[in-house]
Amino acid sequence: MLKLHGKLPVLNSVTKDSYLVTITKSTNLPLVLRKQMALLGQPSEDGKDYKAILTKEIGATNHHGDSDVFKISDDYDYLDEGDIVRLDSESGSLRCLYRKNSPHNTILLTEQCDHYCLMCSQPPKNIDDSWLLKEAFELISLIPTGTERLGFSGGEPTLYGDKFIELLHCARRSLPDTGIDILSNGRAFKDLEFTRKYAAVDHPNMLIGIPIYSDDPVQHEYVVQSKGAFDETIRGVINLKQVNQKVEIRIVIHKQTINRLVKTCEFIARNLLFVDHVALMGLEITGFTRPNLDVLWIDPFEYKDILSEAVALLNSYGMMVSIYNHQLCTINPDVLGNYRKSISDWKTEFLDECLSCTKRADCGGLFSSSKQFRHSRYIKAFK
Amino acid sequence: MSKFQEIKFYKAPQFSPYTLLPLRFIPLDQEHYVLTNLAGEYLRVKRGTLLDFLRHKLSNEDPNYTELRARHFLIDEASSIGPELLALKVRSKYSRLSEFTGLHIFVVTLRCEHSCPYCQVSRQSEDKLRYDMSTEVALGAIDLTFRSPSKNIKIEFQGGEPLLNFDLIKYIVLEAKKKNQESGKNLAFVIATNLALISYDILRFCREHSILISTSLDGPRALHNANRPRPGSNSYEKTIEGIKLVREMLGRDQISALMTTTEASLNCARGIIDEYLAQDFKGIFLRPLSPYGFAVKTKSYRAYDAERWLEFYTQGLDYIIELNRRGAEFVEYYALTILKKMLTSEDPGYVDLTSPSGIGIGAVAYNYDGYVYASDESRMLAEMGDTTFRLGRVLENSYEEIFTSASLLEPLEASFAYSVPMCNDCAFESYCGADPVFHYRIHGDFVGRKPESEFCFRNMAIFRFLIQKMETDTFAKQLFVKWANS
Repeated sequence: MLKLHGKLPVLNSVTKDSYLVTITKSTNLPLVLRKQMALLGQPSEDGKDYKAILTKEIGATNHHGDSDVFKISDDYDYLDEGDIVRLDSESGSLRCLYRKNSPHNTILLTEQCDHYCLMCSQPPKNIDDSWLLKEAFELISLIPTGTERLGFSGGEPTLYGDKFIELLHCARRSLPDTGIDILSNGRAFKDLEFTRKYAAVDHPNMLIGIPIYSDDPVQHEYVVQSKGAFDETIRGVINLKQVNQKVEIRIVIHKQTINRLVKTCEFIARNLLFVDHVALMGLEITGFTRPNLDVLWIDPFEYKDILSEAVALLNSYGMMVSIYNHQLCTINPDVLGNYRKSISDWKTEFLDECLSCTKRADCGGLFSSSKQFRHSRYIKAFK
Repeated sequence: MSKFQEIKFYKAPQFSPYTLLPLRFIPLDQEHYVLTNLAGEYLRVKRGTLLDFLRHKLSNEDPNYTELRARHFLIDEASSIGPELLALKVRSKYSRLSEFTGLHIFVVTLRCEHSCPYCQVSRQSEDKLRYDMSTEVALGAIDLTFRSPSKNIKIEFQGGEPLLNFDLIKYIVLEAKKKNQESGKNLAFVIATNLALISYDILRFCREHSILISTSLDGPRALHNANRPRPGSNSYEKTIEGIKLVREMLGRDQISALMTTTEASLNCARGIIDEYLAQDFKGIFLRPLSPYGFAVKTKSYRAYDAERWLEFYTQGLDYIIELNRRGAEFVEYYALTILKKMLTSEDPGYVDLTSPSGIGIGAVAYNYDGYVYASDESRMLAEMGDTTFRLGRVLENSYEEIFTSASLLEPLEASFAYSVPMCNDCAFESYCGADPVFHYRIHGDFVGRKPESEFCFRNMAIFRFLIQKMETDTFAKQLFVKWANS
């Protein structure tokens, strides 16, 4: 797992506030550009005027009084040309917000949420974190055009209301060719007016992922820990499709959703056939999942036949369906056509058992959290 | 963890009130009832559960309660979105109606060189001038065809044996394509032929204009030849040769076949299906004889009753399921039509099994003599001397006159199943159809007498059979879901 944020020793501190900056390895950029860049590596004699320097060399402080200088460890070896980080030379913190070579760049917009899901990977905090939204606007202006996809997640991004819509307009203007993936519980779209504003962004490549955990409203509302959620989410999905927006239904599979998984898929096929994609997702052992593991954990190997049945049903109805976050050795071969390597690159891991597996290159691997806390007991190398 | 609520927090107290949504029910077998909603979704429950549910005494702890709510049989405090979802599905189901007439049947001749005793169209064997369609009528019929608002127009050449008047077919195809240059519709052609007269020249023309072929195949050689006499007693050989030739010239999937069930067929369900498999067809439409034309005169129609036909049908369907279980993909198209209505929000609009009836709305027939009929069966009835379903005449009546004629609107309105006594409270109404032509033919009015109707008897038995299969055989359920979506 990559270390995306942490504290670094500060060798020289010039700037008072934290700032976003793009990483470069080029030591002889034109001077006018240096103020917007952080130089990664060993600065040479004329390497002055960079906003910041990230170096492993202790002696670097001597020449560069006008740059913030941080000492970085091997943890950050993944950093590369074009990545965007937030630096704070007063506290020594570094947060990597955008990695140019990753297909999985997601911007966290808020940690507030009106759901409190049993398996939330990003437990909500009821604090004012609107600075995250401000940062997102700034970040969008730095992200290079040509970026293929960009995610917006939370918390619940739609809690910002019109400001969230504004962000989408901004993304569309700055990054017209970048596909947008949004994660939302969809409830805000019960309001057709708001849905119309969302549609008015008129983004050619924007997908919103919305979870429906059960066709039984009680079970869904228990999983998301919010009364009244079911009808509002369903209504939201219908409204979004009514104004021709791309919608993905996301189902996290665990002990509270597996029993009605096939029926839930049947409900989706009968009532929401018009959605664009259904994602059936393995459980990530992080956030609230860890304290709730007893009510959530079921070994994927034990539900593989149910997964096959659900996938076959959705395939029959002609729906696009993908299996995320599973390992090849825990599924039946009949769902291989729907299997995706989905775990974000920065948190993919394999077990020792996997080292000799002949299918490792095709396998999505495990969440680093699964490796650490709980994974299928049936992980077995293909020979 | 105390900050998480347990599931009971989200549940209403047991025996909380709930509201029933529109529903119908009917016994399925000794133990079970079937409930259906407006969109055609069903649930099988035991009688006791049904009674508790209807008396508002079903506990929300009962596993059926969740199923009833998920399929919009009830709404309660937990969810009241059911009516919205139902409305969406009902709207989808009826959306095809705004398309209006898609199938336009051109009876280019009533002449035929076969002499099948079960012929339902009352073919003629002579007098070329009297039984062939004229080019004037053809042109007038093309004009009417293109008045249809439907984006998809299929022109089907029927007979008699339409290839006996192939020159007119060519003329119609070329004129229709010319006309379509302004209309820009999805235009398709199909020739319904026994293939006895098929030739390279004809097929070259078909290839050039993407014309599909539909033929008759009743089963293995002996059965087919017994059913379909022609000079030389070689109907089967001609058909099989023809099928090969069509595939060679037009492509494997450019030909389909239809079978007709005679008394002699009843004991050969497997043989007939095997013949279709052997001829590389992807499925079969097991269909009974209809009470029209020579089939009545020669008593072919009365040679077996609905019960005997059902036995044949269910044997055939069981065998087809078995074939699929053994790895041979093969479909029964009548079941497929019904399953679409049971398992999806699509009504395929099959003329004989849809409500409002498909007459005029789904299909219309332009007869060789210029008269316009509400369906293929309507013109069959006319050949028997009853012109009840005659809508007007090409070159004499306008499109508006024809499609708002009382002889179309009255049977459509009278037979609309949702408002017909006994259909209205039948749980199978949404799977079924109004067949005013059949009921008029048998009972003398557009509605018919449902308790005596073979149409009801046959279809209700099939609905029950299909539901029983899905409830008791997981493989069949999965297979049926595939059919419904194919």
